[in-house]
Amino acid sequence: MHDRHTLSVLVENKPGVLTRIAGMFARRGYNIHSLAVGPTEDERVSRLTLVVGTEAVQLEQIIKQLNKLVHVLKIIELDPEQTVEREMQLVKVGADPVTRSQIIEIAEVFRAKIVDVDQDSITIEAAGNPGKLEAMAELLEPYGIRELVRSGTIALSRGTRSITDGSKLRMRRVS
Amino acid sequence: MQITGAQAVMKSLEALGVDTVFGYPGGAILPAYDPLIEAGFEHVLVRHEQGAVHMAEGYAHATNRVGVCIVTSGPAATNLVTGLTDAMMDSVPVLAITGQVASTSIGSDAFQEADVTGITMPITKHNELVREVERIPGAIKEAFHVARSGRPGPVLVDLPKDILNQTFEWEWDDRVDLPGYKPTVRGHGKMVKEALELIATAERPVIYAGGGLVRARAGAEVLRFAEMLNLPVVTTLMGRGIIPDSHELFVGMPGMHGHYAGVRALQESDLLITLGARFDDRVTGKLDAFAPEAKVIHVDVDPAEIGKNRTVDVPIVGDLKVVLEQLLAVLDEKQAKGRFDRLVPETTAWREHLTTLKAEHPLLVEQPEAGVLKPQSAIRAVYDVWGDEAVYVAGVGQHQMWAAQHIPYTRAGQWINSGGLGTMGFAVPAAIGAKAGVGRDVPVVAIDGDGCFQMTFQEIASAVQHDIPVIFVVINNGYLGMVRQWQSLFYSDRLSQVALPMDLPDLLKLADAYGIPGFRVERIEDLYTTLEKAHGITDRPVLVECRVDPDEMVFPMVPAGASNEELLETAEEWYARVAAAQQA
Repeated sequence: MHDRHTLSVLVENKPGVLTRIAGMFARRGYNIHSLAVGPTEDERVSRLTLVVGTEAVQLEQIIKQLNKLVHVLKIIELDPEQTVEREMQLVKVGADPVTRSQIIEIAEVFRAKIVDVDQDSITIEAAGNPGKLEAMAELLEPYGIRELVRSGTIALSRGTRSITDGSKLRMRRVS
Repeated sequence: MQITGAQAVMKSLEALGVDTVFGYPGGAILPAYDPLIEAGFEHVLVRHEQGAVHMAEGYAHATNRVGVCIVTSGPAATNLVTGLTDAMMDSVPVLAITGQVASTSIGSDAFQEADVTGITMPITKHNELVREVERIPGAIKEAFHVARSGRPGPVLVDLPKDILNQTFEWEWDDRVDLPGYKPTVRGHGKMVKEALELIATAERPVIYAGGGLVRARAGAEVLRFAEMLNLPVVTTLMGRGIIPDSHELFVGMPGMHGHYAGVRALQESDLLITLGARFDDRVTGKLDAFAPEAKVIHVDVDPAEIGKNRTVDVPIVGDLKVVLEQLLAVLDEKQAKGRFDRLVPETTAWREHLTTLKAEHPLLVEQPEAGVLKPQSAIRAVYDVWGDEAVYVAGVGQHQMWAAQHIPYTRAGQWINSGGLGTMGFAVPAAIGAKAGVGRDVPVVAIDGDGCFQMTFQEIASAVQHDIPVIFVVINNGYLGMVRQWQSLFYSDRLSQVALPMDLPDLLKLADAYGIPGFRVERIEDLYTTLEKAHGITDRPVLVECRVDPDEMVFPMVPAGASNEELLETAEEWYARVAAAQQA
């Protein structure tokens, strides 16, 4: 049984850091479901959100092996009950004058935005948890999905706690 | 003071107390070889870059200091790959400095360009491509720190040629601040107490002593700990010598070619006190069947080793020496309060059992009194002649296993070999590096196989040129012995590409070509007299060729992938088992 685990990883913003992490996963045979990386409030630090499908024992190994990378500053596993998770999805759906309004209706139900329209297609931008995005894609399927792209998951814990709590890491806001 | 990046490399190494580096110059690293002329350390010119990194490893193994090698870009740097991987597997502190094409050319497929930090990412503990000249002292200082602290390992610093030529204002600061790198040193106090509680109630405890203890140089501490609690000790291939083999608590070496009692001790144990060992497949055999009744205490400086292969009951992350001091401190405190006795497990019967196993299952050597020389006899004689004070360095294969089995080691750093990676060709350069580290007074004997020897013997030239008097003993059986052994046992004796004719090359002529004394012994009668002659020469490298029985195999042996329960002591046992299986 492989469970889905979301890890938040703070890393030093150094060249090659993503390669080190991806390489370690490949070398040790770990699976990455999704990976998203971007800047944080501190320009020296990037934040990765990794979603991995693994058993608990292997998850512990993954965290330990990640910790051994010199540029990795901190890792937390996010508790799904206490976490806000988002993915973004852009989907281009075939649309003619008859189906266009139906597609727009579906998008509205999912609180998605229409970001582009032309004669034969509509492009929809949606954000949410992976389940919601999949449900929307499923409903759009009959209209003909021309293209679909999804970002990796990004996530933050709920409440006032933050990843740097209780550690000596001090984040510095970029003005 | 304005200096060049190249000068900064030299000054950084000097500031870190480096006394010897092993290297080979070339295009991109040329700027560094100019200030090297005035540098305050020795440079050993090797004959192949693989030699440089193995020498750095040998130096580190023997001295417990960081071994340093310097080579150029591209093919030179890729020639380090084997040695870096070896150092990664065996946790050897090595600093590799590589030249790189000019930073303006990186990515253009320039002459002798290779993505060295990319290539070595999975085989180094850390690496860095330096992009500004001001970064050089920091990069080298941090590399040194990472290489030797925590779980030691190789670190590589890649230096583009233009950056070596740039100038900057030299500044040196001993402090290292790596926010993402803080190895745990002290063990968790609660876990330390739990470990002692678990030991107190064990009936068949055994200390499974690995290479981590050797890296931590924690021999005195582990011995005192074992003695206080009457704990038998097995020392792994990488842990040989951490307590003396002659000690009454020493049981043997475990593993595929371990001593019988060493293998049985782990297998029958109810508590493995695992100190700096990693449940390698060569020790555990079939993992599911390994020490099935044992609980596990696991102490290691690398948290990722704990629980990696075997579930652990009491995990302790920390430096082995420090954790042992913590354990001893608790024991001393209990002793002072008169509450010590209840912490000592009752192990008399268990120890007697292991002593009986040791006596009943010695290593078997069928050496005739005259004629054919058995390889085990040759290796035992090497020990008899060079003794406890010498350092022994092996390659990989049968000779390595015999040297691990038959020499009674007494201290950490006395036995140097390639354990995890199994790198043939390790012995010649590693012995030269070790000798460069230990100096004049300690003899260094390379015990090599004829296959291994031919992979790296060109480094004899380095030893001669730099006056590094190593004793090279080649156990020549005319075969790739260990591969032949497997073909004999597991491939119906169908030998495939394992013959290495004994006379090819003629090793006496080879010694002559390098201008060093060479000796050959083929009969047991001549063994000691020949070795004594070699022993008399201490001012130059010496080559001794022992021509041995090619049919000899290494036993005991656990067949690959089998349970340790299937430990064989002779080939006949195996053949009988195969015959029985065919009948059934």
